[in-house]
Amino acid sequence: MVSGPSLGERPALQTRDYVSGGASQTAVKILVVGHFAVGKTTFIGSISEIEPLSTEETMTRAGQDVDDLKGVRGKTTTTVAMDFGRLTISDRVVLYLFGTPGQVRFVQMWEDMARGALGALVLVDPERLADSFAVIDLIEQYGLDYAIAVNTFDGNPERAEESLREALDLLDDTPVVTCDARDERSSAAALTTLVSYLLARVG
Amino acid sequence: MNGPEDFELEAAELVRSYVITKGRRLPDEDQLSLITLVTAAPEQVQRPLRLSPEEQRLLDVCSAGYLSVAEIAGHTRLPLGVVRIMLAGLTEAGYLLTRPPVARARLADKELLEEVLSGLRAKFG
Repeated sequence: MVSGPSLGERPALQTRDYVSGGASQTAVKILVVGHFAVGKTTFIGSISEIEPLSTEETMTRAGQDVDDLKGVRGKTTTTVAMDFGRLTISDRVVLYLFGTPGQVRFVQMWEDMARGALGALVLVDPERLADSFAVIDLIEQYGLDYAIAVNTFDGNPERAEESLREALDLLDDTPVVTCDARDERSSAAALTTLVSYLLARVG
Repeated sequence: MNGPEDFELEAAELVRSYVITKGRRLPDEDQLSLITLVTAAPEQVQRPLRLSPEEQRLLDVCSAGYLSVAEIAGHTRLPLGVVRIMLAGLTEAGYLLTRPPVARARLADKELLEEVLSGLRAKFG
């Protein structure tokens, strides 16, 4: 199948689309969060065993500070897409990775995503650190443990970890890793760092 | 007998959400979270004709194995809230089985995290 599913004829699901051990596996989830265009979908796509899926929810305007919609008269709803992928961990556990933009106004979606999550990986663009503040605030607000993954694109100068920690006001034990979201092994290493940290937190 | 796929799709896009859900409200989050796994009940042979095209589509998608609620929404391209409401109705009616994620306890967390960590290391080295 070269082209994506068109509206008229959606391909039937294949065996590989289904959770292989669904009758006995425990589903867990980790959030992949970050500001717009930081590379969340790329990250999820590089590590997911299924073609990443997206689901949309129409959001009613929540409050007055709907900055993106300023000047659009009469616009009271917006559509939020949530991307996600899946990784079979073992015959006992299947891991879902959920990604969504960090806007405060998508509160309902955040509550759905955050409830029961093991933790969160915060993708950060070193050139746009300020854009990550709101996302980190939200993650902390929901009480989720998190690690920072600095998405390094080609030619992106690596910023010293110390100044990045300072800029993001991180706790000393919050892990900071660099990763290339396009690379499976690099993304997996970032995820492994997060899970090691989460384990140390409960241990 | 299933209706033509084309008709089903048009209906999904032209009909407003609350009509598709027949006015039902969102189910309890614990019952149908994003990662609750869902599959068709094994004994389901004959479907009543009164199911909507969207409900038929959901049963089709769930018929060959387990999928999470989020995946069902992704594959059917229906809004998540609508999917959750319809899945709750279909589960109540006995057409679907659901497996909510295990109740979270600190100990369970530790075991799960250990399992996830060793799984990631085994897969990606």
